[in-house]
Amino acid sequence: MGSPSFFFTASLLAFLAGAISALAAWRQPRTARLAALTFSLLGSAALATASCLTLAGAATLSWTLLPGTSLFPWTVRLDPLSAWFNLSLAILSAAVSVYSFGYLRPMEGKRSLGALGFFYNLLLLSLSLVFAASNSFFFLIAWEVMTLAAFCLVAFEHEQAATRRAAMLFLIMSHAGTGMLLAGFLLLSTSSGSFDFAGFHLLASQLPPAPQTAVFLLFFLGFGIKAGIVPLHIWLPDAHPVAPSNISALLSGIMIKAGVYGMARVFFDFFGPPPLWTGAVVLGVGVVTALVGVLYALQEHDLKRLLAYHSIENIGIIVMGFGAALMFRTFNHPALAAMAIVGALYHTMNHAVFKGLLFLASGSVVQSTGTRNMEEMGGLLRRMPATSLFFLVGAVAISGLPPLNGFVSEWLTYQALLAGFGTTPSLTRLMFPIAGSLLALTAALAAACFVKAFGIPFLALPRSEAAASAHEATLSMRIGMGFLAAMCFALGLGASWILPVFDSITQQAVGVRISSSLIAGGLALQAGTARSGSVSTAGIALAFIVIAGTAVFLLSRRMRGAHIVKAPTWDCGQPGLTAENEYTATAFSKPLRLIFAAFYRPRREIHPEYDVSPYYPSAIRFESEIQPTLEKHVYEPLKEWIYGIARQMRGIQAGSINAYLAYIFVTLIVLLLFGVRQ
Amino acid sequence: MISWLPYSVVQLLLLLAIAPLVSGVIRTLKARLQIRRGPGILQPYRELDKLFRKGMAIPDTASWIFTATPYVVFTATAIAGLMVPMVTAEAPLGLFGGVLAVVYLLGLGRFFLALGGLDTGSSFGGLGSSREMTIAALAEPAMMLAVFTVAIGANSTSLSEVARVSTGNPWQFLAPAQMLACAAMFLVLIAETGRIPVDNPATHLELTMIHEAMILEYSGPYLGLIEWGASLKQLVLMTLLINCFLPYGLQPHWSWSGVAVGLAYLVLKLLVVAGAIVLVETCNAKMRLFRVPELLAVAFTLGALALISTFLF
Repeated sequence: MGSPSFFFTASLLAFLAGAISALAAWRQPRTARLAALTFSLLGSAALATASCLTLAGAATLSWTLLPGTSLFPWTVRLDPLSAWFNLSLAILSAAVSVYSFGYLRPMEGKRSLGALGFFYNLLLLSLSLVFAASNSFFFLIAWEVMTLAAFCLVAFEHEQAATRRAAMLFLIMSHAGTGMLLAGFLLLSTSSGSFDFAGFHLLASQLPPAPQTAVFLLFFLGFGIKAGIVPLHIWLPDAHPVAPSNISALLSGIMIKAGVYGMARVFFDFFGPPPLWTGAVVLGVGVVTALVGVLYALQEHDLKRLLAYHSIENIGIIVMGFGAALMFRTFNHPALAAMAIVGALYHTMNHAVFKGLLFLASGSVVQSTGTRNMEEMGGLLRRMPATSLFFLVGAVAISGLPPLNGFVSEWLTYQALLAGFGTTPSLTRLMFPIAGSLLALTAALAAACFVKAFGIPFLALPRSEAAASAHEATLSMRIGMGFLAAMCFALGLGASWILPVFDSITQQAVGVRISSSLIAGGLALQAGTARSGSVSTAGIALAFIVIAGTAVFLLSRRMRGAHIVKAPTWDCGQPGLTAENEYTATAFSKPLRLIFAAFYRPRREIHPEYDVSPYYPSAIRFESEIQPTLEKHVYEPLKEWIYGIARQMRGIQAGSINAYLAYIFVTLIVLLLFGVRQ
Repeated sequence: MISWLPYSVVQLLLLLAIAPLVSGVIRTLKARLQIRRGPGILQPYRELDKLFRKGMAIPDTASWIFTATPYVVFTATAIAGLMVPMVTAEAPLGLFGGVLAVVYLLGLGRFFLALGGLDTGSSFGGLGSSREMTIAALAEPAMMLAVFTVAIGANSTSLSEVARVSTGNPWQFLAPAQMLACAAMFLVLIAETGRIPVDNPATHLELTMIHEAMILEYSGPYLGLIEWGASLKQLVLMTLLINCFLPYGLQPHWSWSGVAVGLAYLVLKLLVVAGAIVLVETCNAKMRLFRVPELLAVAFTLGALALISTFLF
């Protein structure tokens, strides 16, 4: 009793109970909703407790969940790395569960809440097992259950063709990834003789160069597909937005982190100090992923797709941290590697929190206005004050602005990259500051994007009837969002209390504990030493309150009795400013569309229609789109190629039972010969 | 432990007092260079005084974002100013953040200013916001490269440490890396403070305006706060440039006599930078908006060259 294993098992049972009760109450939507969400909330609380206990005890617990065969034991291992990911999961799923009480209510009777509750709990169950399984096969089974549950949730609103297409693409890409993972695990296990993760520790580095390269690439690409690294990201912006918004929050907030978890496990547990090119490749991919993600997000006017592209961007930032850490291991700077890992893992948690918050807030907006198109929103701040405030908190946090949590993890990443310049005398060191400056570009573009994502839907005048009649989210939805918003502040201001948690993780990964060199005393962080730079988000917040408070006090005294009028906005002398005069999201992002035209390859068409004179068009139709270069030039040919092969393979599928028996026979002979030779 | 508190107050008051003066000096110098008399260097104070006495018209479409923006902009810029060494190498709030925090605090102010522009519902506001965020995004990597060059030289992102290291090495600014980084930073300064050829601070009625379009709906004390914040930002960036690259006369520690000496040096160096800005403003015409990225690409290249040249020398 009271041990992490007890709470972990309890959380698994709670998720299982949630899934079963949702199925059992298939015909009573209300019961299904309440049971599924109550159990998922209980499970999240138990999971959070188990993770916190593990992190506090800094111990690795390993036990067998169910008796299985010797080749295939259901072993679970809770080490600090697993616990950190499970804690992110628990925080997010608790908030999403609370939010869903209100969010799912209008769906009662319209949609099958039994199915939703079942797959929702199944997703949570499989995710917590993915983060904890310590046997290759068990891990892959949890991984597959996670993928299938996510597939069913993405396809939940399957009446629309676009949804079905997105879900299918997700499934195909995921399975390509799973195939690579399976191959990677098999390569490792031939060398260790078992499928247990404990036997893989530092094993990959002892392999000969060719298999080592293969293992690295298989795992990086396999986990990269799930994480959404460029160019394997194409499923992500399609699949995440079409799911119900509470599910989108889970998918973008934590499910893609399963890929991040896998990378962390492989890079820092299975591999010892890797060859230099691995780190360089990972860092490069991270930079490209971050930039491509944010550039596409800027041109996106579907609120949820915009957020999905930002998930790609943030995965890029996390992967940059991993790349830097790999390079520091090669150069034998464990303390710097630890700092980069801390930055990346902290950003993992932070992204789960603020992306979850943003998806939940956009879910309230979409539910209330019935559209995901930002151009049809506007003025929501007056109609949905709480939701708007929460969205603003998330927007400031994701833009990496102080004093919220995004700033802290980006600061740590910057510091690691900067310190990287001194780790090697070779030209390779230029990669670090260049990556740092491109991180700055990414962050600044993200800020521009979130000015748009908050300003266009929430400020000024409503642009449609639906936006004008929007209403505030229900209480439980506001509690769910409020919890995550509070976490944005807590993780930002209290960073120096949270960093010691990483000691046991970095101890395990690179063999050093660095929190004492990252905490400057009080509530300030420092980069290694006191001289190398420090930051205190709490101090900034305090200074902010003091200075802004003084300014408000002085100015309000000054303005007492002043003549303050509410007046219409300046309309250039043509009375009647309407929503049509407002700047649109398309217009807002136009300068960047032109500046990065070589990347976007924008296409636009203008069709004026005339009644009488060509000087007075009666109507103008305007079309503008950006080209999905990657889909068009890589994935389309690839698809055609696969179809071609499939057509040729149709020849051996003659439909004759005799031929099939012959195939089986020949295969058997070949396998036997192969076995004898071994 | 609390010793930084009085210094913070002193530096904050200095920043607030000098900021409008710098704007006034730039305006007067510019007028003289164009053979005009100009309004005198104290004009910005008179304008601020006038604005703070006036009433206000608030657009009826605006929300609390519009009201909060002037305070956020002003405060974020002031905190950034307290992290920059001004008259002594010791920045009062140096512990709270170094150069990264300064850049991101200015970013926080810009974020809200752009929201304030969108909140009015007029096309001008949106136009200004869109352009401001675009130019800032493109200026950011150039600025970071310049900053990194300095930070790598000092092995620290703390500005006090940077100033201390370069004070000990007085001819450092002649190193190619430092000169290239300084040039990159100067271009960023021009872009970030909305000077010709990027933006024109003197106009309200050109379609090319950026900063002024964003704040078109502000009036009275709120406009005063924003204008004060803008001149504060200009001073902070100028001080950053000066004390990263030319830290002469920076006093090592806080003392009353030291403040006086440091202040004298600061004023002198500010005059030099102001003169450079005035020359650039007078000799150039305003650029088309879509030429600005080229200017910032030049700044980025200069920053990259600065980093590469650390190998050579």
